[in-house]
Amino acid sequence: MARIEAEVGKPQGGFMKWIDDRFPFTSTMKYHATEYYASKNFNIWYVFGVLAFVVLFIQLFTGIFLTMNYKPSADEAFASVEYIMRDVEWGWLIRYMHSTGASFFFIVVYLHMFRAMLYGSYKKPRELIWIIGMLIFLVLMAEAFAGYLLPWGQMSYWGAQVIISLFGAIPWVGDALVEIIRGDYSISDITLNRFFALHVIALPLALIGLIFVHIVALHEVGSNNPDGIEIKNNKGADGVPLDGIAFHPYHTSKDLVAIIVFLMIFSSVVFFAPDMGGYFLEHANFEPANLTATPEHIAPVWYFTPFYAILRAVPDKLWGFILFGLSVLLPLFLPWLDRSRVKSIRYRGWIYKSALSIFVVTFLVLGWLGTMPAAPVYVLAARIFAVIYFSFFILMPYYTTIDKTKPVPERVVYHG
Amino acid sequence: MTEDDLDRNRRHFLAVATAVTGVAGAGLVAIPFISSLKPSARAQALGAPVEVPIGSLQPGEMLRVLWRGRLVFVLRRTKEMLSLLGEHTDRLRDPNSEVEEQQPPYAANSTRSIRPEYLIVEGSCTHLGCAPLQDFDVRPAEDWGGGFFCPCHGSKFDLAGRVLKGVPAPTNLRVPPYRFVRDDLILIGQDTGAA
Repeated sequence: MARIEAEVGKPQGGFMKWIDDRFPFTSTMKYHATEYYASKNFNIWYVFGVLAFVVLFIQLFTGIFLTMNYKPSADEAFASVEYIMRDVEWGWLIRYMHSTGASFFFIVVYLHMFRAMLYGSYKKPRELIWIIGMLIFLVLMAEAFAGYLLPWGQMSYWGAQVIISLFGAIPWVGDALVEIIRGDYSISDITLNRFFALHVIALPLALIGLIFVHIVALHEVGSNNPDGIEIKNNKGADGVPLDGIAFHPYHTSKDLVAIIVFLMIFSSVVFFAPDMGGYFLEHANFEPANLTATPEHIAPVWYFTPFYAILRAVPDKLWGFILFGLSVLLPLFLPWLDRSRVKSIRYRGWIYKSALSIFVVTFLVLGWLGTMPAAPVYVLAARIFAVIYFSFFILMPYYTTIDKTKPVPERVVYHG
Repeated sequence: MTEDDLDRNRRHFLAVATAVTGVAGAGLVAIPFISSLKPSARAQALGAPVEVPIGSLQPGEMLRVLWRGRLVFVLRRTKEMLSLLGEHTDRLRDPNSEVEEQQPPYAANSTRSIRPEYLIVEGSCTHLGCAPLQDFDVRPAEDWGGGFFCPCHGSKFDLAGRVLKGVPAPTNLRVPPYRFVRDDLILIGQDTGAA
């Protein structure tokens, strides 16, 4: 107070000082951008966090405009989506941006998570960043699932039927829980209305809150890098990490290139293949919900299919639910399952490199199997790959312990 | 007041008492919010029974009707269909309908119906709620005796809605409460009292 009183009469330091005396603007910018030091040797894997922000912005922005014309009622929902597509000026563009954005959100987030597995970004001291990230992933799944019911098409309805029924597998409380989720004896107008509330208010708020905490935790510990070295261990006389450069303007200008390339790819899909051959927008969903007939072939959108294939591989309702849940939650424990002394794949042995490669193939094959019909040959394949999927996690404490590692250099290295 | 004057026990008691009261209050406030998620009075009223005229239903034909927004199959079985029911009981998970919640007591018999000719079951797979497809053709080569096939996860049911072994569905198709008002009229959703 004393300082402010002393300045009365003649303004000193201009507008920014006036702000900074009342709100920590400059210090926050320094802490999170101009004096936040991240490693110089970031490669392409390090752009997906920023891209996730870009997609989040696209989804929030287009979502607000869709809400202005969409009607969350069983009688009107399908028609209001068609109205947006045909009668609202540029409505088709806004909706296709939103539907394409949903798929791109998962593409970007899956690649972002894979980056963490490549370079051990979940390992100490970044366990909490990983856990918050996994919570973001869970909320994102719920957000996508709730959003998928809103057009009230055939796939919306029957997909929701299957996933909500999953909770009925929980012993004793299952049936009551399903009734509370639906708010009715079947999926109805009431269910649609509450999913709308979750999709536009509750889950986006949770998402933004978790992302904020994710960034706060990251900036406390500092970013990892492709060498898995703690750059804070080698600081210059000025206290700045020798291998670090400021997030702004250096990393941001590099990220801008990534954002432009990303938007080029994104726009290509929006304008030339918004349904992506039935993977981004399923063809059965161009028909309004019909309560008397399940589509001949029912599959979730591509980003859920790896987990869905595991669910379908189990010939038992309760165990199907348990293994499905486990397949989603197991990555949460990666910081403790991975016993390797080194973080980055650059200094790991052949065992982890092979395990991670097999895991990537398994995840992709399970994803493909989840889109196929429930024929015996696909179910058998899904069982085999489900076993491999779980083995990757459950055997990890063992094979990361015996894997031979290479010595980690003191300072980050450049490749090309 | 100095540090020495503090009654720490008293302060601890007040802190705990405040916390407990707060948690209890939050718990009580949660009740109306959770209750608001349950089916409303209107949703319950809309779950009224439905009448299904079956006078023109020919043997081998099936009607699909909605009760409480749920799909219900009304199948008039032929004599051949009925004769098949006893033949494959060893391949069924629950041939005698012993799980009580899956049908009213009057349908816990070998044909899972009040009148053997008419099968009334919910068209909702007991696995994850998809509507099973009808596939009544007997194909011995494929080991298929006719019944229902769920396209979502491959569950199979026979012509009495009984689940086959080795599929994800845990129980037989649910039989809703129903009764015959007349020979040609069924009431689904209610089994006692006036229609």
